[in-house]
Amino acid sequence: MNTISVRFFAGVRERLGKEQELIDARGIACAADVWRRVSGDAPAAQVLVAVNQEYALMDHPVHPGDEVAFFPPVTGG
Amino acid sequence: MVRVQSQPLDPWAEIAAHERRHQQWVGTFGATAVFIGSLRDFNQGQVVAEMSLEHYPGMTEKHLEKVIREASDRWEILEPLVIHRYGRLVPADPIVLVAVWSAHRDVAFRACRYIIDELKTRAPFWKHEQTATGRRWVIPE
Repeated sequence: MNTISVRFFAGVRERLGKEQELIDARGIACAADVWRRVSGDAPAAQVLVAVNQEYALMDHPVHPGDEVAFFPPVTGG
Repeated sequence: MVRVQSQPLDPWAEIAAHERRHQQWVGTFGATAVFIGSLRDFNQGQVVAEMSLEHYPGMTEKHLEKVIREASDRWEILEPLVIHRYGRLVPADPIVLVAVWSAHRDVAFRACRYIIDELKTRAPFWKHEQTATGRRWVIPE
């Protein structure tokens, strides 16, 4: 499995116009690389990231088979 | 116990059901702290007609369970009950239930407060409100 599964939620999902995407893992080292690939943009402060369903920083390493998600600050409760 | 559901939430029935599932608790607790969060019809100066709550299936449950584990490690409590809605809600609908059983009130209050506070900043939910002027994503305070 040489792919990375990418998911988008809330405002980020709306802005990018997609819920999920499977990307080629080649050339991807960290979450910021994934963000640049899927959005064509530099990482923004208001976009949070989770790698394999754990909160992470944009420089968190990403490997083939990982699930990476991007979303705005959370508001539960 | 953690549950994330789109069906309407009846917090009092859920509390009674949780106690029925734990008959062995009878006589062991002296305090039950309950927090119920429900939808207001106003937010940030605007009337809210309805709200839709989005979540990250899997990650949400995982983080709610983690928060409960932390509370259970920190305080002497029985198995807490946490139920959170997602999907479409209208004002007065319960959004979240946190119930904590313990021998004494201080521990029950503290653990309940910890769970709801941590849930708000760590569980991946997003609120999308319908107001008179349109739809908007709620920005956390």
